[in-house]
This record gives sequence, C-alpha cells and structure tokens, in this order.
Amino acid sequence: MNDKHRQVLDLLNEDTRIPLERMAVMLGMDLKEVAEIIDTLEKDRVILCYRPVINWDKTERKLVEAMIEVKVTPQRDFGFDAIAKRINSFEEVRSLYLMSGTYDLLIQVTAPSLKELAQFVSDRLSPLETVTGTSTSFVLKRYKQDGVVFDMPDEDRRLTISP
Amino acid sequence: MSSRFINPAINAVPPSAIRRFFDIAATMKDAISLGVGEPDFITPFPVRNSAIDSLLDGETQYTANAGILPLREEIARYLSDRFDVSYDPASEVLVTVGASEAIDIALRSLVQPGDEVLIPEPCYISYQACALFAGGVPVAVSTRAEHQFELLAEDLQAKITPRSRVLILSYPSNPTGAVMPDHQLQAIADLAIKHDLFVICDEIYAELCYEGFHQRSIASFPGMRERTMIVSGFSKAFAMTGFRLGYLCAPLEVVKACSRIHQYTIMCASRQSQVAAYHALKQGRESGYAEVQKMRESYDRRRRLMLSAFENLGLDCFEPKGAFYTFPSIKKTGLSSEAFCERLLKEQRVVCVPGNAFGASGEGHIRCCYATATDKLLQAFDRIKVFLSTL
Repeated sequence: MNDKHRQVLDLLNEDTRIPLERMAVMLGMDLKEVAEIIDTLEKDRVILCYRPVINWDKTERKLVEAMIEVKVTPQRDFGFDAIAKRINSFEEVRSLYLMSGTYDLLIQVTAPSLKELAQFVSDRLSPLETVTGTSTSFVLKRYKQDGVVFDMPDEDRRLTISP
Repeated sequence: MSSRFINPAINAVPPSAIRRFFDIAATMKDAISLGVGEPDFITPFPVRNSAIDSLLDGETQYTANAGILPLREEIARYLSDRFDVSYDPASEVLVTVGASEAIDIALRSLVQPGDEVLIPEPCYISYQACALFAGGVPVAVSTRAEHQFELLAEDLQAKITPRSRVLILSYPSNPTGAVMPDHQLQAIADLAIKHDLFVICDEIYAELCYEGFHQRSIASFPGMRERTMIVSGFSKAFAMTGFRLGYLCAPLEVVKACSRIHQYTIMCASRQSQVAAYHALKQGRESGYAEVQKMRESYDRRRRLMLSAFENLGLDCFEPKGAFYTFPSIKKTGLSSEAFCERLLKEQRVVCVPGNAFGASGEGHIRCCYATATDKLLQAFDRIKVFLSTL
C-alpha cells in the first residue's frame, strides 16, 4: 500500500461506480496505472466487493434488522475465530465484529420478519455451545450508514456567487 | 430623494459586477454554481466545538484590540513554521475581521490622497475599491494568460511613477489560480526596494497550492520584511469563511498605525472566532495540518477534473497551481465575458463569474470555482457543452 493506493481507495470509497478514466484524470495517473492498482487491491483482498448503500425502506422489500450482543467463551487455541467462523456461515448475519467492552461479538442480522429473526436467535445462535448469553436490539430507523445520510440530502448553504 | 446626503466619493466606486449575477441566479431553481468563492467543506468539528465551548464557558466579553495573545502566538509560530517569516506576537500581529478588514485598514494606514496603489489584475474585487476609499489612485498592472498570470517585473516597472506607494500582491490568485515562482518574486522584490514601495501581500490562499508548488512569501526575501505586510486569514485553508477571521503581520510601526484604525472602528474581532482560529492553528500544528492536507487533496482532484473537462470542451485554460479557481478563456466564442456568463446562466443554469469583474484584463475569461461536489461539476460541464454547441 502506498499513497497512490490510498488515493484510489479514497475515490472508490466516495463512488464505487467512478469510471477509470475519471479516476486517472483526478489523480494525475495514466489509465493503465489506475487499473493495475485496482487489480492489486482486489487481488490482495483490500477491496472485497462493490456494493450500493440502499434505503430498503423505500422499496417493497421489508426486512427486520437487529444488533445482537453476544457473550461467548473463547476456545483454547482458536480464541474467537472458530465461533466467528461458525456464526459467519448463517445467511442472516450481515456483519460480525469482535468487540472490546462488556460483550464479545456484535452481530448485525436481517430477517424477513420479527418471528424469523427471533427464531434465528433462539434456534440457531443461542444453542451454540460457546455462546453464554445474547442481547438483541432491533433497529427502528437508519439515519446514516457507511457515511451516507438517509433522507436528508446535504444542502449547500453557500451563496450562489461570492467574490 | 436622500441621495444628496451621500458622499460623492462613495458613488465614484462602482458596485461589484458580481452583484448583478447574484440577483439573476437568485431567481433560478436548480442552477449549478461555479461562482462561489469559498470552500465546500464545513469547518472541522473540533474547531466548531471550541467556539461552542467558549460560549458555554461564558467567554462573551471584548478581547484585546489586537486579539487574544494565544492566537497571535499561534499565528506567529504558524508563519514561521510554514512560510519562514518571523513576527513578534506581542507587537507585530493584529487579528482582524477577515482578511478584508486587514486590506482596508492597511490601505487607509499607508495611502495618502493621490498616492498610487499598484494592483496586478485580474484580482480580488476589493483592492481597487479599498484603495479608492482610502483616497488613493488604483493603478492596474495587467497580467496575462500567456505568462500564467504571473506579475512580470517589466509590466510593474512600466506603471511605477514617483507617486507609487503601495503594491498589492496576491498569489495564489483569486480569480486566476496563478502562483508566483521564486524568481519572479525576487524580481518584484528588487523593484519594490529600488522604488521604495510598500507591499501588501495577501496570502489567503497560500496553503492551497498543487503539483508540489510552495508559494513563498515575498516578506521572506532579503530586504523585504521592513516593507511588507502579510495579510491572511482562516477562510480558505481552514474552511472558516463565516467566522470572519483574518490577520495582518508587519513591522511594529505599520501594525501600530493599523491598530489605531482598528481600535476605533472595530474594537476587536469576535472572541468565539478567535478561539476557533486558535484551535484550528494549534490542532493543525499538532496533526501536521492533516485537515488542510485532506482538503487540498480533494481540491486538487477536482482541479484536474475541471481542467480536463475544459480541454475536452475546447476552452483554452492555463493550468492554475493555486487557490480553487480556473480561469478559462472564452475569447474564441466571440462573446464578452458578461454576455457569455449571462447567457450560460439563463440558457443552461450554470453560474460562472465574468472575468472583467476582476479588472479589465480579466475580459475574455470566466472564473470557475471547483470547490463543488464532483457530481455537480460533471453536470455543469455537460450543460456548458450544450451551451457551447448552441453558439
């Protein structure tokens, strides 16, 4: 990773659909160099995928989303990695983080309904033998995700013309 | 009816040509503005928060005329670290209400009736007006695209007379984005010394330079400190336009004279703005000016994007290495700057500022600010393309 790699990531992080040609212009690089940098970043799994931030509330698709705080007993030789791998395999799990603080893992879960989400916790997550406790909080409203503000476009407060 | 009460000297100064475009643009919905003259970043949170803390702490009183000492100390340290110039914070730094006040009181302190003020053009719109308000005679010195809008010593020399007293130097330049390389500054310094000129050096955009260029201050050239005032502020590099905070640094006697006007007319700049500016400099110093660097990098990308777009549109544009403006030529369209901007605004709803608003030598150009979101810039380029195709 050098400064050019960082600059490419900066631009992609603003807009994953930015054309290569525009990136090359904005960064003062040639097209080939930008393409090679992106290739390297993908191969090294620095860039994992390109996805939009979607406001699902504006679509037909209705999902229930929750954050689940999980306490687990770390396993000898594997620490938290083995249980994390197990939890990763559930398709309901959107994100999984190892946390500092009063609990160990934070899981972001989505499910088609409240009932199915509850079933996930009671039937699939809680029975895992190293899980010692869970605390589920439902998402009521999303204001901001991945740096994107929902429903409140930034207005330009500047005068249209100034000297 | 009441016009007889107005001092004719005020009417002798024409209103800014920018004003007319502002009025037209104000009536338009979904106009895209390339006409702004300020950053599109909001002031970094810790800086805003320091102003809030100051209010909550009950800091609502006047400050010393010259500004709070910790801020003056940070300003002196900043100029020493970044621009290799040294000023005594106790006596050679004056905190002002924006760089604008600094320019006003500097000219009023230095200019006697009939003195000539040399102003390289195109330039920021206030210099000429402030020179007139001060009773001086503004003398335009043209700069040109074929010389990257640098001020050439021979052009300056040609305008120097026995009445020449002050030179206003402003690089990186608003509106052109031009910078002044060291060898050109040296030639100007030589002339200033030879003809005993005082230089007001407006360095408000000094932090915003690209392609590895560093804008040196003319005050750092041998023999120049005693005849130079540095004017700067927090609006551009620190994205603090609404705080209205600037400063001037000059030899003791000059600062004393400026303070005389400042103490009677302004008293002091807003205390909260001073506190915020102090934190902007302190945090900048401690972080290696990370926020400034982040903004500079973002401007630079959009600078390249705009230059590339104008090249594709067939508009000649020299490469500006400072500020956040480009100054393309629209001469080949056959339109005047004002006609071009007015039609572009009315027909395609894109706001640009006509070059002649910045002095007669700006005619044939338009000022375009790239401190605007990339998607807006791209839309503006599309609209300009359509507009050009109709000419």
